[in-house]
Amino acid sequence: MTENGRFGLYGGRYVPETLMHALLELEEAYTAASTDEIFRNELDFYLKEYAGRKTPLTYCRNLSAELGCRVYLKREDLLHGGAHKLNNTLAQGLLAKYMGKKKLIAETGAGQHGVATAMAGAVLGLPVEVYMGETDCRRQRLNVFRMEMMGATVHPVTTGTRTLKDAVNEAMRAWVATVEDTAYVLGSVVGPHPYPLMVRDFQSVIGRETREQILTKEGRLPDAVIACVGGGSNAIGIFHAFLADDVRLIGVEAGGTGTGRGEHGATLCAGTPGVLHGALSYLLQDEDGQIEGTHSVSAGLDYPGVGPEHSMLKDTGRVEYHSAGDAEVLNAFFHLSKSEGIVPALESSHAVSYAMDIAGEFGKDDILVICLSGRGDKDVAAVAEMTGGCR
Amino acid sequence: MTRIAEACAGPAFIAFTVAGDPDPGMSVRIARTLIDAGADILELGVPFSDPPGDGPTIQKADERALNAGTTTDTVFSIVREIRAFSDIPIVLLTYFNPVYRRGPDRFYREAHEAGVDGILIADLPVEEADEVVDLSRRYGIDQIFLVSRDTSPKRLKVIARHAGGFLYLVSVHGVTGARPEIPEELPAFIHRVREQTALPLAVGFGISTPDHVSAVCRAGANGAIVGSAIVEIIERNLSREPEMMAGLHAYTSSLTAMKEERSGSSP
Repeated sequence: MTENGRFGLYGGRYVPETLMHALLELEEAYTAASTDEIFRNELDFYLKEYAGRKTPLTYCRNLSAELGCRVYLKREDLLHGGAHKLNNTLAQGLLAKYMGKKKLIAETGAGQHGVATAMAGAVLGLPVEVYMGETDCRRQRLNVFRMEMMGATVHPVTTGTRTLKDAVNEAMRAWVATVEDTAYVLGSVVGPHPYPLMVRDFQSVIGRETREQILTKEGRLPDAVIACVGGGSNAIGIFHAFLADDVRLIGVEAGGTGTGRGEHGATLCAGTPGVLHGALSYLLQDEDGQIEGTHSVSAGLDYPGVGPEHSMLKDTGRVEYHSAGDAEVLNAFFHLSKSEGIVPALESSHAVSYAMDIAGEFGKDDILVICLSGRGDKDVAAVAEMTGGCR
Repeated sequence: MTRIAEACAGPAFIAFTVAGDPDPGMSVRIARTLIDAGADILELGVPFSDPPGDGPTIQKADERALNAGTTTDTVFSIVREIRAFSDIPIVLLTYFNPVYRRGPDRFYREAHEAGVDGILIADLPVEEADEVVDLSRRYGIDQIFLVSRDTSPKRLKVIARHAGGFLYLVSVHGVTGARPEIPEELPAFIHRVREQTALPLAVGFGISTPDHVSAVCRAGANGAIVGSAIVEIIERNLSREPEMMAGLHAYTSSLTAMKEERSGSSP
C-alpha cells in the first residue's frame, strides 16, 4: 500500500475533481477512526449487539460425508440482514455520523448491500437513498420491499445495462451533487481509494473469526478457503487473515452461461486491466476500453469490475480464481438446501459449487472452509421462476 | 502561447459535442455548424460506456455515438476531417479508460497527429496524471484540468503547475447538464482561482443561456463552455438534419453574440 491507495499496480483514485475533496476528507476521517477507541468500541457494540457477531463456523456433517473431506461454512448468512454486508455498512454509517454527514447513499446489485445500508441508516438515525438497476429491482423485489420498509428510498436506475455497474454510476452522480452533507456507502472492495482498503478492513472480521474458530475446533488451519467474488468484499474479508499462511485461497467468479462477451461476470478469469469506478483493476472491456455487459444468475456477481486487491492477488498468484456457471450454481443452491437445510444466496452458491467440484482433490482429514456470504431467501422467488418450482 | 490560450484572449466560447453523436458523419457536420456560428474552441467528447461525471443528456449522446459504431479510431478520424476545413483549437474530453486501454503514449501521439490541441481526462486528478502530463508536453498538447469549488488552495497550486491551455472551472456540485441558474458563488470562485494562476479560466457545467455566458464573462472568466444544451438540440432533431443544423447555428450565434457584446464593452 502506498499513499494513493495502490495494491501493486492496482487501485488508485481515478475520479473527477469534484469528488477529490470528499475522498480526501473520507480518507482522513477513516485514518483517524481506525485508531480511535471510542469509534472502535461503538462499532463493536453494533456488531455484537445489533448484527449478531460472532457468526458460527458450522461443521457440515452431511456434506462432509458426501464430499469426503471436512467441510465448514462460515455463516455470514446468519448475520442480521442475511449477508456479510452489514459489517461494512454499520462501520461506514458510523463513520459518516462521526464526520457529521446527514444522509447515506448506496448502490446495490442483489439488494443485500442496499438492505444493509437501510438497516445501518435506521439504527444510526440517518436517511438512506439506494440506487438499484431496474433489472435487479425486478429480480430482487423482496429486497426492494425490505429497504422501503426500513425507510430507505429506492431509485431504480434505467441507464446502461440497468444492473450493478449502472447503479454505481448513478450513485456516484448523486454523490457529486450532494457531497457536502452526504456519505457514499460503497458496498464492496471496489471504487477509489480509500474504499477498497476501508471496506476490506471492515470485512476482515470474517477471516479473523474464522481463523480463531478453526484453530479452536480443529487445532490447525484449514487446507483451503473458498469464497465467491463479484466486487470481492466477502472474499477479501475471509482471505485476509490467511494471506500469510500456507492455506490455499480460492475465489469463484460468475461463469454465467458461457465464455462469450456478455455471457458471464468472470472479471479476473477473463478480463484485462483498466479503470472503472475510480480504480485500476481487472475489467471486462473491449479493445477500446468500453465496458462490456455481463451476465450472472446472481445479481450480486453481475459486475464487470473487481477489487484492486484481488487484481494484485491474482497477479502474484497468492489467490487462485475460477468460475462457476449458472447451471452448476443452481445445482449447488438446491444441493446445500437439501443436504444441510441451509438455503445459500445464489452468490454464495458459486463458492459451494466450486467446493463440490474440487472436493475430490482433498483427503478425508483435509479441511475446507466455504464463506457462506449470504442466505438465499431473497433468491427463492427468482429460482422458483427459473426452474418452474422445486426440483 | 498555444492556440487554446490565444483563443481564450477573446473571451472564448467553447462548444462541446460528443464525437460520433448521432453518427460519425453527422458529427463532423455538427462541428462545422458550431464553428461557422462562431465557436472559438471545439470540445469533442470521446464516448464512453460508463460516464459517472455526466448527466443524462451526455450519457445518451455517448450511447448514440457508441451504437453508431464510434471507436477511438473514429474519434481521431473525425478530428482529421474537421482539420481539413478548420484551424479551430480542438480539445478532447475523455475518461481515462479509453486512454489507458490504447496505451497513453499511442493515444497522445495519435491525437497529436490528428490535430488535437488539448486533452482533458475527466476522471484523472492531478495526483494520477504524471505520465499524461509528460506525454502532453512531448506531443505539444495542452493538458487541461478540472478545478472544483472544493479544490483546496494547496491542490490548486499543484494543478496550475501541471496544467496547460486553460483551467476548466466546474461551476456546480454535480454532473454535466443544463441548469436554470448559475450559482451565486461563481464570481468568488473565479476570483479565488484567478489569484492563484495566470492560466485562462473557462467555466463549464450548467451554462446554457446567453445570460449565463455573459455573466460568466463579466465575472472574469476567459471562456464559457456549453455542452448539454448543444447536445439537447441534437437529441431533439435526430431525424431532421436541416432543423438540427439550423437550431445549432441559431443557438450558438446567440451565445457568441453575448460574448462579443462583453468583449466589445471592455477592450
